[in-house]
Amino acid sequence: MDGKALQEQLNKTLPGAVLALTDRFGVPELLLAPAKWADAVRALKEDPASSMDMLVDLVAVDYSEYPGHEGGRFGLLAHLKSLRRGHRVTLKCLLPDDDPSVATLTGLYRNANFLEREAWDQMGIRFAGHPNLKRLLNHHEFVGHALRKDYPLKKRQWLSANESLMDEMEVKLRERGWA
Amino acid sequence: MSALDTRTLLPKAMSPVEGTKAPYGASGLASPRPKEKRDLLFLNLGPSHPATHGTLRALLALDGETIVAAVPEMGYLHRGFEKDCEAHPYQQCIPYTDRLNYVSAMMNNTGFCRAVEKMLRVEVPDRARYIRVVTSELNRIIDHLVCVGANLVDLGALTNFWYSFNAREKVYDILEKLCGARLTSSYMRIGGLARDTYPAFSGEVKAVLKDILAAANDVERLVAKNRILIDRTRDLCVVSGEEAVSWGWTGPTLRASGVDHDLRKDEPYDHYEDFKFQTVLGSKGDIYDRIFVRMGEIRESAKIIVQALDRLPGGPVMSPDKRVALPPKTETYGNIEGLMNHFKIIMHGVRPPRGEVYDATEAANGELGYTIVSDGGKNPYRVKCRPPCFMNYAAFASMIEGHLVADAVANLGSINIIAGELDR
Repeated sequence: MDGKALQEQLNKTLPGAVLALTDRFGVPELLLAPAKWADAVRALKEDPASSMDMLVDLVAVDYSEYPGHEGGRFGLLAHLKSLRRGHRVTLKCLLPDDDPSVATLTGLYRNANFLEREAWDQMGIRFAGHPNLKRLLNHHEFVGHALRKDYPLKKRQWLSANESLMDEMEVKLRERGWA
Repeated sequence: MSALDTRTLLPKAMSPVEGTKAPYGASGLASPRPKEKRDLLFLNLGPSHPATHGTLRALLALDGETIVAAVPEMGYLHRGFEKDCEAHPYQQCIPYTDRLNYVSAMMNNTGFCRAVEKMLRVEVPDRARYIRVVTSELNRIIDHLVCVGANLVDLGALTNFWYSFNAREKVYDILEKLCGARLTSSYMRIGGLARDTYPAFSGEVKAVLKDILAAANDVERLVAKNRILIDRTRDLCVVSGEEAVSWGWTGPTLRASGVDHDLRKDEPYDHYEDFKFQTVLGSKGDIYDRIFVRMGEIRESAKIIVQALDRLPGGPVMSPDKRVALPPKTETYGNIEGLMNHFKIIMHGVRPPRGEVYDATEAANGELGYTIVSDGGKNPYRVKCRPPCFMNYAAFASMIEGHLVADAVANLGSINIIAGELDR
């Protein structure tokens, strides 16, 4: 499916979700309204015509120093791929500086859990409905979000204690009936 | 029945032992007391553990030896690759990509360079592309040898390690001749290669391929029908094709789950469409399949290398495009245009136009993708690497729950986590 067809498909099921269609070196990019982010991904995944069965990557970008950038400060990119149909699409939404937040994709793709934790950790984007939005790459005592443009490259932080991980463990044990 | 009648004893002893892999609770051996947390033992697997082959940590809750719940942690090797790239010119990012997956550095170089070349629309000469294929496939062989060799060591089969690492060392000798370094090659450049091969290259590679195939045969003959290995890997930590796709798995781990997907076939690049090779598929998606898909891929990579060497064209190994290539030294020292071009590349760097790109290659572990955002300047505005083993590790905890600690170790080796690219 090309970008035009994907756009028309989304326009039918979710009017107003697609704000723009561009071409990224052969891969269509759909700019989405942040409020329709998860719904649009769900529609693209579940419709047999598009059947985007794999979340390839999730990328957060801070556009605050990008020359001539218009719209929200943060960009969230999701690269989707359909193994069945053999096509790709990139979805993008722009999120404001004061509350960069979108609905989670954890119910749709299993790897969204880790990918969204990384985006939260590195860029400070919140995912509403995420079951465990903790830092992933940086230490749990780390303050700030390292990949934001206003985080100084050479800043150092004192990180003292290992994480016990028992908070996550308690949840899992309760689910499995260990009192 | 005589106790010495092996005809009756052997089939019984060799038959699958049902129930040994079920959790203790299911067999009725567990105590009838209610499940209480104080009965559990909490164990840290890692971050510094011989079987993690890197710095990974998983907190395990054990009931007897069965893992009731596992919580993974990563980031011990996080060093800010993406942030560093934002502060360096494009060419200076290439050595950083070596250190992502230090077992297959050539592929990381290629992946990054291809993404930048795509933005610049630079045509890479055919000779450079073929050499990229040869070195990448050599790296794939090394990666698989290291992965399988180390995995088998964790299972107690040490000899295979010597067989596979012997062959690996010979490949590293060639790579060292080619670029001066064994692991961190930095051999690729935006627009081509750092330098051409040496005269005896083709012959030496073909000779090493014989050693590699001999090593692969030795390993397979030792373990493929080995009862201990089969019992410890068959039907364990199974991931179905559907689950693997949902986890975002790519590469050998996805193919072990029976999904026929390979970027070299599906979205061919660097003339992969011209080479005859097969994708190797598993049937069940267990540890055994993940090991033997890799063994099969070693043979297929060897086929690709032979074809590429036989067809290796002549010509330059670097694009003549002045935006990416340093002029020949005779021009730099001989005329003012050459000197200016040299100066421009060194001082102003390679400058892709404004835009965003995602480009993926089939690396040893799966789809290695680079998202690059350029603002037209000499440093990338944002680089995001998609490390294939990130998705594998995301699945790790749920794969090992319900299994034994020893199975967790066997499984960790089979999904080939390279901490350098996992944590970036």
